[in-house]
Amino acid sequence: MPGAPIKRSRRGGFDLRIPARERDVLATLPDMLRALLVDGDAKDPVLQRLYPNAFTDDEEASTEFREIVHDDLLEQRLAAIDTMERTLRSEHLTEDELIAWLAALNDVRLVLGVRLAVTEEATPADFAGDPETEGAFELYRYLSFLEEYVVKALSS
Amino acid sequence: MGARTLTGMAQTAPVETERPVGEEDVAPDVPWIVIVWNDPINLMSYVVYVFQKLFGYPRDKATRLMLDVHQKGRAVVNSGPRERCEFDVSRLHAHGLWATLQKDR
Repeated sequence: MPGAPIKRSRRGGFDLRIPARERDVLATLPDMLRALLVDGDAKDPVLQRLYPNAFTDDEEASTEFREIVHDDLLEQRLAAIDTMERTLRSEHLTEDELIAWLAALNDVRLVLGVRLAVTEEATPADFAGDPETEGAFELYRYLSFLEEYVVKALSS
Repeated sequence: MGARTLTGMAQTAPVETERPVGEEDVAPDVPWIVIVWNDPINLMSYVVYVFQKLFGYPRDKATRLMLDVHQKGRAVVNSGPRERCEFDVSRLHAHGLWATLQKDR
């Protein structure tokens, strides 16, 4: 498919054709996500979404479970962000690097999606008026577009 | 986005189910199940990818499970001993999916 921003390369790994101005936008994500993950309030709905209850109907077991796995999940998330940040301007990624991009992109989409309370039917008109909200939804849509191609490339 | 995202988290909150008193003593071998719940953010293609990657399911099975999540609000994606299911849930959480475990009943 010509024009795809990410494609599996014949020489192994993946080729990235993401314009510099889009990479400038992506470059703002690592610090934003890190700040939230490291310094955020555990009661923040966004963090509750990233570390959800593990037991269907057992709050106590879920709390205990979260205490056990939280640090591992945090470490994985931070490692993915670091990899994405380090390779932000690369034109070629290894499979592991692209998987790290996918993890970081999806985490940012979860953050934005929860903040915006998006629904399946959400359109830009729903977020018109407030420039900040409008911009956040614009970014959410762009990351969704990019993630579709990342998944497609990894599945190819 | 539209049809490409999972949706409906609010409608699919876990339901309270009656659990027999003393179940632990009577049926220690009841297996546990891993449930993935619908949400409006994760892309359908991403969820299929995660099911394939974590559970080694073929594409058609992963797609069927994703569609169950999308259309019915939830799907049981694996079952087994509690420890195994806890591990699966932590991996699903690491991938941003909304997953829980419970006893099969």
